[in-house]
Amino acid sequence: MQRFAALVDALTYTTGRNAKLALLAHYLRETPDPDRGWALAALTDGLDFPAVKASTIRNLMAERVDPLLWTLSRDFVGDTAETASLLWPEAPGDDAVTPPTVSQVVEMLGNMTRATVMSELPKLLDRLDANGRYALIKLATGAMRIGISARLAKTAFAQAFDVPVDEVEEYWHGLQPPYAPLFAWASGAAPAPDLAELPTFRPFMLAHPLEDGAVVDLADYAAEWKWDGIRVQLVRAGEETRVFSRSGDDISASFPDLADALPFPAVLDGELLVRGSHQGGEDGGAASFNALQQRLGRKSVSKKMLADCPAFLRLYDVLLLRGEDLRELPWSARRARLEALMGVLPDRRFDLSQLVEARDFAHLAQLREQARDAAIEGLMLKRRDSPYVAGRRTGLWYKWKRDPLLVDCVLMYAQRGSGKRSSFYSDFTFGCWDGDPEQGAELLPVGKAYFGFTDEELKQLDRHVRQHTVNRFGPVRETDKSLVFEVAFDSVHASKRHKSGLAMRFPRIHRIRWDKPAHEADRIAALAALVRD
Amino acid sequence: MMALEFSWIRPEPHGIHIVPADVWVDPSRPVARALVTHGHADHARGGHGETIATPATLAIMELRYNTRDGAVSVHYGESIALGGGVSATFVPAGHVLGSAQVLLEHAGERVVVTGDYKRRADPTCAPFEVTACDIFITEATFGLPVFTHPPIAQEIGKLRDRLAAEPDRCVLVGAYALGKAQRVIAELRAAGHHEPIYLHGAMEKMCRLYEDFGVALGELRLVSDAKKDAMRGQVAVCPPSALNDRWSRRLPDPVTAMASGWMRVRQRARQRGVELPLVISDHADWTELTTTIAEVNPAESWITHGREEALLRWCQLNQRRARALALVGYEDEDD
Ligand SMILES: [Zn+2]
Ligand SMILES: [Zn+2]
Repeated sequence: MQRFAALVDALTYTTGRNAKLALLAHYLRETPDPDRGWALAALTDGLDFPAVKASTIRNLMAERVDPLLWTLSRDFVGDTAETASLLWPEAPGDDAVTPPTVSQVVEMLGNMTRATVMSELPKLLDRLDANGRYALIKLATGAMRIGISARLAKTAFAQAFDVPVDEVEEYWHGLQPPYAPLFAWASGAAPAPDLAELPTFRPFMLAHPLEDGAVVDLADYAAEWKWDGIRVQLVRAGEETRVFSRSGDDISASFPDLADALPFPAVLDGELLVRGSHQGGEDGGAASFNALQQRLGRKSVSKKMLADCPAFLRLYDVLLLRGEDLRELPWSARRARLEALMGVLPDRRFDLSQLVEARDFAHLAQLREQARDAAIEGLMLKRRDSPYVAGRRTGLWYKWKRDPLLVDCVLMYAQRGSGKRSSFYSDFTFGCWDGDPEQGAELLPVGKAYFGFTDEELKQLDRHVRQHTVNRFGPVRETDKSLVFEVAFDSVHASKRHKSGLAMRFPRIHRIRWDKPAHEADRIAALAALVRD
Repeated sequence: MMALEFSWIRPEPHGIHIVPADVWVDPSRPVARALVTHGHADHARGGHGETIATPATLAIMELRYNTRDGAVSVHYGESIALGGGVSATFVPAGHVLGSAQVLLEHAGERVVVTGDYKRRADPTCAPFEVTACDIFITEATFGLPVFTHPPIAQEIGKLRDRLAAEPDRCVLVGAYALGKAQRVIAELRAAGHHEPIYLHGAMEKMCRLYEDFGVALGELRLVSDAKKDAMRGQVAVCPPSALNDRWSRRLPDPVTAMASGWMRVRQRARQRGVELPLVISDHADWTELTTTIAEVNPAESWITHGREEALLRWCQLNQRRARALALVGYEDEDD
């Protein structure tokens, strides 16, 4: 458990992705089974111990620490698990105590019930030091949150054992913690796990952006709209159905309406959308991304939510069908199989992403220009003979995003970046005027961006921030609001979370307008006019 | 419980006032006569008519304010008559070089003002001495039970392990320029680290001053004089404010470390972008604060800057008389 605790701490203080990968890979290589498998599950939120709740920890502490001292400490530290780990009374004569292994911890936590947890959990805490207690409480309450996505963990696994990440991804989802067959395969001790009867994730095929000025021949490529929802994979195998996100996270719990809808074994690739009148104002179209966001990240979904924001899948592709692997077939053959499915899939939950018919590439460019529907992000161009392969393969699929929307904003706050950028002010918050700046209007923040500029520009921006600081709040500086950014973004939505009432999707700094006076920047009203919710 | 009222000593917002002598302890604004416990800027302000302090504290103040005007030097254990029937004795506080508690006596009544203090061994200053008194005026910077500073050897070990693990980088330690920096350096030496240690320019004079007072720090070099490659696998020390500043770009891919008691709390370390938190403090932790009150065993404790509320609660739970003083102008030092 100390190794795991040390890993948790090291990951907490490491910001760079590569450094995190190296730490994880090292741990996975050097730690025996089944500890490493349980640790992997804990880090990627794959463990659940119903007997241990945040309130359990508070109750345990209430028996041991004066309530006022607890409250003062908790307020200062800001995290219940950490406060408890620091305040837990050290067991006297701790030399004799052996710390438990991760596997022992998992086993003991799994055996605890609401009736026994108050007497059993202290026995574990007594065997650990402060860092160990912290890791234990985080593991037990399922709240690691140290920036380890499932994707990062898989990449680290692949790096640790020098195996292809796509294969790791494919097997991972079919297995349960502590993933013994996965480690056995990766270390060369066993053949690959058999997944035929398991609802596992297959890595997505991805697209390269179409270069500016590039032209493709529509005889070789089919065009299709790129929808602004979330790309998902719907998998049914062995009587089980799962919904996976782009990163391979299982999001079935958030979308029970979809998970119930697939009547036969298959693996389908599509865009998850929520019904709304948005698209062209017709019934049965897609609502904007904002509506979809209501459904994301929920562990359970209310009936009202299911009724108000019903989800459906707009299908792009079919990978497996009734036990047959179609991934080697050309796109056109898979497309034909997909179209044939439409008659048997319930149309409340499925529709087909329509192909965009154009006379030639110039005509296609024109159609793309005219598309101002907020549910359309741009076009996809797919080589008609392309197999379905994991990841990005040059020349097969392209995405051709709609030109971004642009608005002039004023730099308001800057924050230091992380990793290599930690000495630079590189995260920028910018705003628009809430009226006429000549008449005393104020700037309200409308977005944040930390990319879109070159290294040279970053240096200039850093210098600007340092020379124009009017206030400091920890790592954040407030500037004198004299610099204008031309900000590009994909869309803008109403948002209650921001004082301006607006939130941008994918804002990035398009150009730095050193030349433009701040009072000539855009007003909130101009930005609000671009909302298409 | 009735609070003790010693009419000759009064806590005021800007310091402790010794009324019959009209002398202030660590006043936060200029006064005619001041007793200064130690050289940290929030305790040792400039501009007093007369400054009564230990020789090391006076030297530190001279370095900062460029003047010795009105300096009155008092050695540890020495007493000085302040007038009005009050005498002052300087007793080591174990905080930084020259730091002192002040024992004030008047008509048989004894008051100790600790300034800042710690109970751990420190090769750069004289150790804290427990002094019996009626009123014990204690700091409370780390006055929360979550603060227990680990043994310093363990933290120095962490630093050296990191150095060995990443020989192509350097470890840049953010440390308060007075006290913390020299203690980290001296403890590194004690642990067997004999390589040159690289300094931010702002630390050089204070390190020389420590050496003048007999604290050996080994070979020190300035970062500004060094080649980038020469600093790979080495330790550099800078003030916390320089950690993430442009200055740090001249170092070879530094591991950002910070030596501070606040590093006990993860969020504090992360806020500062610290990769290697070193829990090293020159202040008493919770255990030291509470055991010191128990050992000194005063009739009443007055609690000054820091987290007074929790220490007050501890005194209450342990049937000890205490009150919190609302002094202004003291910062959360140990940054
Ligand atoms: Zn101090
Ligand atoms: Zn202080």
